[in-house]
Amino acid sequence: MIAVFRDLFRYNGEFAIGFMIMMVILGVAATSFFSPYAPIDSYLVAMDAPPSAEYVFGTNSRGQDIFWQLTFALRNTLAFGFIVALISRILSLAIGLISGYAGGAVDRVLMSVNDTFIVIPLFPLLVLLYFVLRDDMTWFVLALVMAGLGWAYDARLIRSVMISLRTREFTNTSVFSGMSMPRIVTQEHLPYVLPIVFSTFMNNMNWSIGLEVTLAVLGFTDVDTPTIGGMIFWANQHSAMVSGIWWWYFFPTLFVTLTFIGLFLLSISMNEYIDPRSRLDRMGNS
Amino acid sequence: MRSYAIYVGKRVLQFALVVFVGISITFLITHLTPIDPVEHSVAQVSTFGFSSPESIELLRQSLRELYGVGDNLWEEYLIFWQRLARLDFGPSLSAFPTPVSELIGRALPWTIGLLTVSTILSWFIGNIIGGLAGYYSRNRILRIIGMIMMGLHPVPYYIVAFVLLIVFTFLLPILPSSGGYAMNLAPGWTPQFLGSVLLHSILPSVSLILVGVGSWFMGMRALVSNIVTDDYVTYAALAGVPERRLVTSYVMRNAFLPQITGLAMSIGAIFNGAVITEQVFGYPGIGRLLVEAVHAADYSLVLGITSIAIIAVSAAVFIIDIIYPLIDPRVQVTQ
Amino acid sequence: MTQISGSPLDENSYVLETRALRAYYRMKYFGIDREVRAVDGISMHVRKNEIYGIAGESSCGKTTFIKAIAAAIRPPLEIVAGHVNYNFINNDLYALPSKERSAIRWRHLSYILQGSMNVLNPVRRIHKTFEDFAFRHMHMGRSEFEQEVKRHLERLRLPAEILRAYPHELSGGMRQRVCIALATLCKPEFIIADEPTTALDVVVQKDVLAMIRETQSEFGSSMIFVTHDLAVHANITDRLGIMYAGRLVEEGRTADVFSNPMHPYTAHLIASLPRIGDIHPRNALTGSPPSLADPPKGCRFHPRCPLAMEICRHENPALTTLAEDHRVACFAASATVQPTSDEKPQHPEALETVR
Ligand SMILES: Nc1ncnc2c1ncn2[C@@H]1O[C@H](COP(=O)(O)OP(=O)(O)O)[C@@H](O)[C@H]1O
Ligand code: SF4
Ligand SMILES: [Mg+2]
Repeated sequence: MIAVFRDLFRYNGEFAIGFMIMMVILGVAATSFFSPYAPIDSYLVAMDAPPSAEYVFGTNSRGQDIFWQLTFALRNTLAFGFIVALISRILSLAIGLISGYAGGAVDRVLMSVNDTFIVIPLFPLLVLLYFVLRDDMTWFVLALVMAGLGWAYDARLIRSVMISLRTREFTNTSVFSGMSMPRIVTQEHLPYVLPIVFSTFMNNMNWSIGLEVTLAVLGFTDVDTPTIGGMIFWANQHSAMVSGIWWWYFFPTLFVTLTFIGLFLLSISMNEYIDPRSRLDRMGNS
Repeated sequence: MRSYAIYVGKRVLQFALVVFVGISITFLITHLTPIDPVEHSVAQVSTFGFSSPESIELLRQSLRELYGVGDNLWEEYLIFWQRLARLDFGPSLSAFPTPVSELIGRALPWTIGLLTVSTILSWFIGNIIGGLAGYYSRNRILRIIGMIMMGLHPVPYYIVAFVLLIVFTFLLPILPSSGGYAMNLAPGWTPQFLGSVLLHSILPSVSLILVGVGSWFMGMRALVSNIVTDDYVTYAALAGVPERRLVTSYVMRNAFLPQITGLAMSIGAIFNGAVITEQVFGYPGIGRLLVEAVHAADYSLVLGITSIAIIAVSAAVFIIDIIYPLIDPRVQVTQ
Repeated sequence: MTQISGSPLDENSYVLETRALRAYYRMKYFGIDREVRAVDGISMHVRKNEIYGIAGESSCGKTTFIKAIAAAIRPPLEIVAGHVNYNFINNDLYALPSKERSAIRWRHLSYILQGSMNVLNPVRRIHKTFEDFAFRHMHMGRSEFEQEVKRHLERLRLPAEILRAYPHELSGGMRQRVCIALATLCKPEFIIADEPTTALDVVVQKDVLAMIRETQSEFGSSMIFVTHDLAVHANITDRLGIMYAGRLVEEGRTADVFSNPMHPYTAHLIASLPRIGDIHPRNALTGSPPSLADPPKGCRFHPRCPLAMEICRHENPALTTLAEDHRVACFAASATVQPTSDEKPQHPEALETVR
């Protein structure tokens, strides 16, 4: 595990850069635990102060220090993405594995449901949900709903990987050599599936954070829990652009964009990892 | 021909399933509500004071049927479908008493136009450049373009749209910041009006294209780098088939096909992007209508838009699906 | 008559000659450097009007050798050393500018590849493929060309309707026949066939072999015919080279190799051919072919060879002419077999590598 990590870091530029970006982002998010202010308190500091030595990222029209706001926002946003990704990974793994292994009618039915979820546009549904729930639409409910709707694409991916693994030679040899099914799955298949799960985990975090930011910017989430989208929402509410308080937009946008790029790089680094590594391992000693 | 008919039949079933599931989820969501939406809405309209008792009653009735406060859930569900079949969502609350279907009908062409143009453009741009980048994998310029596209791809629509808005209407004011056409023009098939529509569509479509292009680029590049090692490409290269022909008819042609399926699979996500982009640019499409409807607490309108969006997106996917076998000669045998 | 390995018997009669050809796959991913020495010093020639067979187990480097003589080199494969000469270019293939190299393709040098399932573009009709491959060499108008293609198909007893078909609409055997028609349309001097019958069932295989034989003799092309299947070689090839672990270990007239195999590996291959009525258990070889990423020193066959001697562990036997037109690389075959340098070339980077 550590060796894999070291190799990735050393030989895979995408992984190294993505990893460092995410370390910075996580570091900033972690400082929220040392914040001198509570996240939702307002009018604590001078309003609309540009970035300076005292307020590195400036302050906003609600009298909040943008740096400390941002630490909370990043923490919540990342946690949100993490929870959605975690739950939807469980769903897509379960469905992808069952579909891929079972084949036949089970596969057809599951994939038909799966494609349905791929096609349905989620955004109007999420808006509708907010519209109905209003204040009951908490951060956690949104995460649950998005996880419940966002597994389909990756379930299809995992299924196709499973199918190709199932038909690969080594499964047959292992079956003949009397390896038990659970052992085959854990020892031979998991090493292929895990990087894919990791990669789709990052992708899915990007997806859910992107949707959350979008909903929050429109004010369609619980805007009292500070998130990146929520910060932009409040900036819009105070017409920050018109009054020239660019830093109110700039820092949340910068950090969320970095987060996206970091997660994205981590996810594609896996794609490149899965491929040649496995090819190399199979090569030459056959 | 027979196998094509079977194929279309299957697609019709899938289409029906998508609409069924989507609309049912919509129905369920509206029934999660803890408050009585009907009286809530009727009260809101009544406070404006200028509505006739008959139209209020009309509103109450259609709301009752749509959100169903009938005797049991099943009955409500069936009535909901009947309403939907007639595309009758009753009068809008925020634009009372204009029917919801009329508001949607007005907004839909804008969204369809914006999405069709930007989706087709980003599909072609991303695939062509991605295909070339996969084939000429050492080309420096293509690599740099690739990095830019990949860097833009994970950024959400909102941020790209917002940055474009700031740059081209605020810092460098050369493009209109909001609306579908200049306010002083009367809609019609006049050159001025069409020119204005075009001008106003630049920023929204460019932001959709900028974000959309990256995933096509990456998908195509990966496909092509696989296809170049396929036997038929190796064989044709060995045979000395001229490079141009090799790239177009052998490599690209084959890589385009799975990307068409990919297009069908991402229409839903593309639609999500349109909603927010329209909002940023004040574009008079269905996305902005939806946001306004939420802010105005216009129940029927939100419900109408959600249902229509689900149907429209699944219809777009359906159309791509049934065109596909006409483009790919191999599908005929595998039905 | 002793002959320096690699130089042609008669300057006028060879079509292809390779000298000390080495082609390696060189990879570097995640800190793992790997060099697969798939073709490691092969010197041979193919005469005018003959079918030269190459046999050997899977993964012994047959396809890599084919790629090397066809200039089908793309990373990670590299030509590390050696020469490939054709009489119709009078020069080293790799010394040619790439433009001239692609001008000889299909006109002078054509191919029939393994597994014709995928060798034809799945979304292009057959007649388009004919056009893509051959039109520019035929110097004629389009309709004339079409007539020519039809005449050619007729000569090979193929129906003209296949021209309108897509590859997937044809059977595997038919696709392979289409490839043969495609490869012979320009009447090239040299045809390379890599496992052209491997994916076909036995009956179809017979027909296809007959077709290859007929067209080859009708057009007077020379041919390299690769297959792991010795029975096919017995049927079709004039001379036969046996490869083991990236090297040629024996070469001779096909009949001589079958009746008098001089290399222990060849002897094993021939002995293990199924024979009707044979009830004796075959003495199987122990072990498996070596990894070409880390081949054994000396004779590469020594870990499995029943006759292995001390010298075999350290020295690589040179391919030596031991009978008329019969070369063998084995110390046990004759005392005249001398060691050859097993060294890799000193400065592989300095040699030309071709994309
Ligand atoms: N693209 C490649 N990259 C790395 N190694 C390869 C590649 N193709 C073949 N090899 C290796 O080269 C050796 C020879 O392969 P090949 O020439 O295909 O053998 P054959 O045609 O006799 O079956 C094998 O060990 C194989 O693993
Ligand atoms: S040289 Fe030695 S090891 Fe190699 S085949 Fe001959 S006897 Fe066997
Ligand atoms: Mg081979």
